[in-house]
Amino acid sequence: MSARPIWGRSMPDTPLLSVRGLNAWYGESHALHGVDLDINEGETVTLLGRNGVGKTTTLRAIMGLVRKRTGTISFAGRDLMSLPLHHTARAGIGYVPEERGIFATLTVDENLMLPPVVAEGGMSVREIYDLFPNLEERRSSPGTKLSGGEQQMLAIARILRTGVKVLLLDEPTEGLAPVIVQRIGDLLETLKKRGMTILLVEQNFRFASRVADRFYLMEHGKVLSQFPVGELESRMDELHDVLGV
Amino acid sequence: MIFGIPIQAFAGQLLIGLINGSFYAVLSLGLAIIFGLLRVINFAHGAQYMLGAFIGYLMLAHFGITYWPALILAPLVVGLFSVVVERFALSRLYDVDPLYGLLFTFGLALVIEGVFRYYYGVSGNPYPVPTLLAGGTNLGFMFLPIYRGWVVVASLVVCLGTWLLLEKTQFGSYLRAATEDPKLVQAFGVNVPLMLTLTYGLGAGLAGFAGVLAAPVYQVSPLMGQNLIIVVFAVVVVGGMGSILGAIVTGYMLGLAEGMTKVFYPEASNIVIFVIMAIVLLLRPAGLFGRDA
Amino acid sequence: MAVTPANATTSRASRIEAALLALGIIVLVALPFFIYPIFVMKMMCFALFACAFNLLLGYTGLLSFGHAAFFGGAAYFTAHAVKEWGVGPEIGILIGVIGAAVLGVIIGFFAIRRQGIYFAMITLALSQMFFFFCVQADFTGGEDGIQGVPRGNFLGLLDLQDPHAMYYFVMANFLLGLFCVWRIVNSPFGMILRSIRENESRAISLGYSVQNYKLAAFVMSAALAGLAGAVKALVFQFATLTDVAWQMSGEVILMTLLGGIGTLVGPIFGAGFVVALQNMLATSAFPVTIATGLIFMICVLVFRRGVVGEIYAWLERRNTGNR
Repeated sequence: MSARPIWGRSMPDTPLLSVRGLNAWYGESHALHGVDLDINEGETVTLLGRNGVGKTTTLRAIMGLVRKRTGTISFAGRDLMSLPLHHTARAGIGYVPEERGIFATLTVDENLMLPPVVAEGGMSVREIYDLFPNLEERRSSPGTKLSGGEQQMLAIARILRTGVKVLLLDEPTEGLAPVIVQRIGDLLETLKKRGMTILLVEQNFRFASRVADRFYLMEHGKVLSQFPVGELESRMDELHDVLGV
Repeated sequence: MIFGIPIQAFAGQLLIGLINGSFYAVLSLGLAIIFGLLRVINFAHGAQYMLGAFIGYLMLAHFGITYWPALILAPLVVGLFSVVVERFALSRLYDVDPLYGLLFTFGLALVIEGVFRYYYGVSGNPYPVPTLLAGGTNLGFMFLPIYRGWVVVASLVVCLGTWLLLEKTQFGSYLRAATEDPKLVQAFGVNVPLMLTLTYGLGAGLAGFAGVLAAPVYQVSPLMGQNLIIVVFAVVVVGGMGSILGAIVTGYMLGLAEGMTKVFYPEASNIVIFVIMAIVLLLRPAGLFGRDA
Repeated sequence: MAVTPANATTSRASRIEAALLALGIIVLVALPFFIYPIFVMKMMCFALFACAFNLLLGYTGLLSFGHAAFFGGAAYFTAHAVKEWGVGPEIGILIGVIGAAVLGVIIGFFAIRRQGIYFAMITLALSQMFFFFCVQADFTGGEDGIQGVPRGNFLGLLDLQDPHAMYYFVMANFLLGLFCVWRIVNSPFGMILRSIRENESRAISLGYSVQNYKLAAFVMSAALAGLAGAVKALVFQFATLTDVAWQMSGEVILMTLLGGIGTLVGPIFGAGFVVALQNMLATSAFPVTIATGLIFMICVLVFRRGVVGEIYAWLERRNTGNR
């Protein structure tokens, strides 16, 4: 994955992932009210917002995990709305859920090998274990016996194997010690350098500002505003206001 | 003599218990696999077992297909039939209460058994022991019919094979992961709907295999799976469905317990498994190997 | 169990049910003058059995796969008491009901330890155990059953050998049983049962001893199923293994599912339909089990709310559509 992968089919000016007018429902409850997002290739974009504004739902709707949805989602010029759930990953999008989704009945190794490789250019198991030596030490113990930080690393690592070009990452730092948060920041920077496109949901915008190129601020199931990382300082008041921090 | 019982009689009943246990193990294994992934209690499991035996019997009677090919072909036919059932009917019930899956497969069992009963009556049809496994051998303390020994070996091999498939292969890790969180596994790009179909086919195929295996031991009759399935349900309650290995071990153990009861208190041999179930419910409601409460 | 029972609590549905019930009683009174009484008596027995079963499934959310034990068990108890001890029909029925309730306590005690699918499997296994007991016990007469059960004189006065007298005796029992179901469902106790069905953990957190409520509902359902079985033994003057076999447990599920889980009149309709169908098929070559199985499959796939439940849902939709 050192060379720029072959995914650059999209036109230079069109975003790699484009979401328009996305509405989504959980049963009767209307969670997203027309979300618009664009993510360019190689970019890291962060969704900010309070709990319950629809950040996670946005990721799950893009992935296809929330099926009750309207609007358009296109990825490298391809319509994702009509695909069955298992085709989203095959199109090239990987997902790391907020609860990490490490399987208790699978070993670390099996957890790592679980997501099928969907494209060339993913990391090899060797590269991954070089990057995460802790995981290699515990490769045959059950996945959920790992610490929270290790589970988060594993959840990201297994997606890196698959060769997806976009990573949807939901609150990777939640509940983790500062040292681990630091390491996850390092990891995201490494991925960025390798050309990975990342859509990050994060409460902690200090952490996000380290890796993000752009921010979307969400409220009530909609995008309130968007701005590049350079405007972060000047928008502090707005952020404090909306995020309530 | 053991406790005043001649050792031959004792060993003989133990062997019968072990053979019954072999069928309980293979059947409860299939039920547990299906339940783990589909959350459906497959009431048709007994009918699929009967179907396996009957297909083996009909293959021999009408096409001269002998035991060994039938041992592979009949489970395949049962599996394929069940794949069709899953695709067109069961798959529509995953989003509703699991009890509807139970009721649907109950209806399916009635139809399958009813059809065979209509065409073949209720009397049993003998199925010959394959020549390779005919006869018996004297073990010194008892006479062992070779076919009965084969039943135990074959069931152990199938249980072990299924366990290896689940624990040591990629398909197995997909299956275990999908048992925990099917949506996430599908979001990773695994075709989970297809896995559900294959898993139902696999579980039903195991029942069909048990049926062919049983054909030379018991007679082949449309009702052979009816009462068996209820006993297997009790086995599953005792073992708890959380563990594949648990289902297998519980199957053999309860078969042996039943055999022992036949020696010491024959009147209770029909109900001993239900009694054990009641005791387990008192002491360990989740079952011996159960993880779910 | 998150079954989708028709919303039987809406006033519209209950008004319809009340009207249907009144109409039904008038028809019932007149019926023996037009139809072979024993056929209607059989329908009433099964209708009561289904309503008793529905008390558990429809209003508490517990699927018992072992209700034949109570129905057939009570039939044995009543038949034995009437024939061997020479008690009157009213005492015989009482003995049957009490016996079924005791069985209900025993089976329920074990079954309520697990939920959902396990509950169904446990009730099935325990009732199968009772079946084997009936096969082996002396008082049941084994494969022959108890035959030639006298109907006796009700309170020593009314000779139940008379078909019309027997008919109205059965009808009185049927209506009494239905009244009990209706009373239970619409009592504060019934409300709690429904809240357990809707959300068990919430009911627990509200401080209800859910296990006790479940057991109580189980025993009441068993006793009422016993009433149906006891009366049936007097109608047909025999008690056999058929009534304790698991197929009977399946049949009562089918009646309830077909009519409408969680509706008052649904199980009555379902029982009527199934009994009539069996009567029809008895003279044809088509096997009853296949028909039963097919109805099960179609019902589960196509109309899970049952006939009556679907009608309510349709009325509900039309109603909200008009507003």
